[in-house]
Amino acid sequence: MKKIFYKEWDIASQTYWMILAVLAVISAVAGFAVLHMEHSGHWVTGMSNQIVWGTPHVFAVFLIVAASGALNVASIASVFNKKAYKPLAPLSALLAVALLIGGLLILVLDLGRPERLMVAMTTYNFKSIFAWNILLYNGFIAIVAFYLWTILDRKMNRFYKAAGVAAFVWRLILTTGTGSIFGFLVARQGYDAAILAPWFIIMSFGFGLAIYMLVLSDFFRLSDRPLGDSVMFRLKNLLGVFVAASLLLTLMYHMTNLYGTENHAFEAFILRDGGIYTALFWIGEILIGGLLPLAIVFHPSLGKSRSWIYAAAIMVIIGGIATIYVIIIGGQAFPMAMFPGKTVIASGFYDGINGLASTYSPSLAEALLGIGGGVRMLKILPMSMADEVADPHSAS
Amino acid sequence: MKTTDQTDHKRRDFLKTGVAASAVTLAPGIVMHTAEAAPRDKAVDSSVRWGMLVDTFKCASGCDSCVQACNEENGLEAYSMPEGADPEKWDQQRPKWMRNVTLKDNLSGRISNLPLMCQHCENPPCADVCPTGASFRRADGIVMVDRHTCIGCRYCMMACPYKARSFIHENVDIKPELAPRGKGCVESCNFCVHRLDDGETSTACQDACPENAIIFGDLNDPNSEVSKALAEYPSVQIRADLRLNTGVRYSGI
Ligand code: SF4
Ligand code: SF4
Repeated sequence: MKKIFYKEWDIASQTYWMILAVLAVISAVAGFAVLHMEHSGHWVTGMSNQIVWGTPHVFAVFLIVAASGALNVASIASVFNKKAYKPLAPLSALLAVALLIGGLLILVLDLGRPERLMVAMTTYNFKSIFAWNILLYNGFIAIVAFYLWTILDRKMNRFYKAAGVAAFVWRLILTTGTGSIFGFLVARQGYDAAILAPWFIIMSFGFGLAIYMLVLSDFFRLSDRPLGDSVMFRLKNLLGVFVAASLLLTLMYHMTNLYGTENHAFEAFILRDGGIYTALFWIGEILIGGLLPLAIVFHPSLGKSRSWIYAAAIMVIIGGIATIYVIIIGGQAFPMAMFPGKTVIASGFYDGINGLASTYSPSLAEALLGIGGGVRMLKILPMSMADEVADPHSAS
Repeated sequence: MKTTDQTDHKRRDFLKTGVAASAVTLAPGIVMHTAEAAPRDKAVDSSVRWGMLVDTFKCASGCDSCVQACNEENGLEAYSMPEGADPEKWDQQRPKWMRNVTLKDNLSGRISNLPLMCQHCENPPCADVCPTGASFRRADGIVMVDRHTCIGCRYCMMACPYKARSFIHENVDIKPELAPRGKGCVESCNFCVHRLDDGETSTACQDACPENAIIFGDLNDPNSEVSKALAEYPSVQIRADLRLNTGVRYSGI
């Protein structure tokens, strides 16, 4: 067996500082957005008592879901014993933690009372899946950190396999937990589906891998280090499988909804009459996030081009954000069915008058908060990558 | 680490007073109920379950006396549109504990009016999902928010099937004494709990309704006006399919 060498990320220091500076500026802007939001109150956002969770939650859920998926590569190496993936594992674990922290940060900063974070950490209502998620997230960070240690420290190597399996199992539970946040909302038609949890798991595989592929190729390009084609090709095939599976579950979700008559109105809203949500579904979720990347990665010539593979990964991410947007915002915009057989013709609190959906347009402040969380995670990376990074060539 | 359940622990914490049950055990198996509300120095218990019946036949179109009374009683007027806000958006962000809804039957075309507010579920989804336990159900059936532990995550608003809750999106001009509150927390109808805790037995909306369409009282007391009305007229729970056993019932829809 060849030895794997983890080397420093030997990128030119100018480039390194440039990246950090750009990221710092963006997060500073996002920071101001948060201050503005917390100082004035949430009225500066597009969120309301009708659309309760908005763009910050879309980004946060996307990052958290992607976090567990980013661990794919490490899991393949340790749980499924594929040696070729082992050198890529540290980046995978690091990225997973960074994505999760980014997502959680957004959630916390969006709270009405973020200064009460300690209350959330010390007072648990164990009936709440949300409270369980707080535990799951903390546990995930701890387990993955330990796992990283077993990879990088030879003395700890004997725990490598066990830690890998633990991290793998934990992240499946974590994504199930994230999906269940919505699955428990039985009163809202879009969320009352058992298929939500497995769907989230499959989505996480795709989102996480796509982000991983982008980060991997960027880091290697920036440091002028060659990244083997074989690695990228393996990953893109895997991405294709995940995207296909995701499409399949999307199909199943909507088919099961169409099967029950009570959900027909909701399905008509998402698939046909929902305006922005319908557009995001067909163009964002299905076309950009599904069919196009699928066609690219399995195309005989495009699928061999590194830039096309890169583009496919970006599409999966854009499509992923669109998917979560449709689930979270679309699911709330559709009026809750309170009075079957009746039409609401007037209301002092909206309530879907004549079946009308709630309106929502994100404000700059909340969009910045969402993007800021993503940048936060990128900032963690170069700093840590300067210490450890995988070199796939030593393994192939 | 502290766990919370949905009993009246919090209220006890607040009151920090001696606990006296308002149901007295006279002899094994024989319990004497006191139908009136427990005064503030007693812990609430489940001998009372507060509830309401809305008679939509009586509820008049165009009237919003109950909503006005609620706004006034609970200080909802203290929230004014922040400077620079978009009026249309603000209208969706301002808190409302109670609203009027007008329905039209799809088949018969019959129009009915009703006030809609927190239904004080016996199995409240809002309390189930609340991560900190800030949403809780008192032993006497009132569901409310502990504003000291609410972190403003709005998960309860996502879970409530009646959209009964409001998030406070803005700074509050004055601090009303009856219901202390502030930006960043969630609130909703609490059956005018301050009145009940003072020993009163009516809500502001009930008092305000010119048509007597709202009957409020103790569901556990078979002789209360609300129990008698419930026994007499057919009534329904909104979204009965969710089996929440709501404390607010409607007749005529
Ligand atoms: S109506 Fe809504 S807010 Fe009121 S108890 Fe039920 S779930 Fe909670
Ligand atoms: S907003 Fe407050 S009351 Fe509602 S679930 Fe969150 S912490 Fe609980």
